[in-house]
Amino acid sequence: MAAVRVEAMLAAAEEQEAEKRRSITVEKELELEYDLGNLLATDRNPPPAAALRGAGPRREALLQALARDNTQLLVSQLWELPAERAGGAGGPLVAQLPEPTFPLPREKPPPKPRPPTRWEQFARLKGIRRKKKTSLVWDEQAKEWRRRWGYRRAGGDPSRAWLAEVPAGADPEEDQFARLRREKRERVARNELNRLRNLARAHRAGSAVPAAPLHPTGHQDRDELRRVARVARVSTASLGRFQPRLPKEPAEPPSRSGGKKRRFEPLLGNLAAERSRQLELLRDMGSKKPVLDITRAVNKQLRQEEAEAAAANKGKKQSKRGKRGRRQQRPG
Amino acid sequence: MRPLTEAETRAVFEKLGKYIGENIQLLVDRPDGTYCFRLHRDRVYYLSEKLLKLAASVPRDSLVAPGTCFGKFTKSQKFRLSVTALDFLAPYAKYKVWVKPGSEQSFLYGNHVLKSGLGRITENTAQYQGVVVYSM
Repeated sequence: MAAVRVEAMLAAAEEQEAEKRRSITVEKELELEYDLGNLLATDRNPPPAAALRGAGPRREALLQALARDNTQLLVSQLWELPAERAGGAGGPLVAQLPEPTFPLPREKPPPKPRPPTRWEQFARLKGIRRKKKTSLVWDEQAKEWRRRWGYRRAGGDPSRAWLAEVPAGADPEEDQFARLRREKRERVARNELNRLRNLARAHRAGSAVPAAPLHPTGHQDRDELRRVARVARVSTASLGRFQPRLPKEPAEPPSRSGGKKRRFEPLLGNLAAERSRQLELLRDMGSKKPVLDITRAVNKQLRQEEAEAAAANKGKKQSKRGKRGRRQQRPG
Repeated sequence: MRPLTEAETRAVFEKLGKYIGENIQLLVDRPDGTYCFRLHRDRVYYLSEKLLKLAASVPRDSLVAPGTCFGKFTKSQKFRLSVTALDFLAPYAKYKVWVKPGSEQSFLYGNHVLKSGLGRITENTAQYQGVVVYSM
């Protein structure tokens, strides 16, 4: 008895072990291709035929099983990566993923080329090309090849220059060293200013709204035409102040803040004009009311039918109908 | 205080039109004086030109109510008509309902007017029509 029970227990344990192992071992004809850097596993095995055709619970079950198997394989691969405990002994186990190999497409659009600077435009216009300069220059005094600029440059250290000749035609009292320093400072400042200007120009050019065609094409919608009409009105020498309005254009003063701040009519403005505007608005609103009142039409039709029916039954039960008819028709 | 914008005027006239129909032009264009609508702190007031000129010289914070309040604009810009407009709407109302003396109190406390409490009603009143309620 005891032996039988022990055997049964061992068999059950064996069964459980086999079950567990079955759930984590997956058989595949072709090995999967792994890109663990992207957590990607590619399965090149042809899927079972039943999974391809038609929709149904059987297909769903097959696809789910396929997904489970592949995920199992991927996770097994992840477990084989070198791992360590993050944040000391008690922290979570962290695997170190290798570099991703699968090339993912671009997330954002490629950067637009910057617009040419003022010098670049001028150079292109004149046809000036860049002269390739050597990085080292022969320095006569030091008798060796020195850099063109930078540390130990060819012209000698400018801060240790002990002689500054007074140029012909200059003021003899003027401090030449101070002049040199001042001119350098001005050059640097001008350079910096131009650099910032070029940067601003590039930034502005990047965010500028593309101009809509200002001539009427056949297929512009109402908002576009309104915008174009506004641009056309403002493109006069007085910026549209004396421009007559089109017949149905609303009389709106041009907003100097570009529409950010709400502007209202003056409190005590032309009251007669306000009145006429309101009357016109009422007229527009009134004209859109439906001419046919459905309920009234239906009631009228019903009453007509009743009258006809009454006329048809005139010959029969006249007296009785008259009394009852009159009593029914009173609260009307 | 400021005049109403076009959208606000449209909303007010639509609401008023539900009660007095096309008689709004009698409110806008009066033979005995120039009256106008003005907005003060989201409430719409109806006042004469003379009163408007007086109210214009009161500082905005101290001004409580110029003219008669017709209603107010809610936070989501819907126009809610107020009972203080009744004096102006009643003479021009298109559809009137008279309530019997017995149901008058009930109506004033917010209950519906039952058919037994209905004294008279303008004929051809459609369903959901805006009406002015009178006592008998």
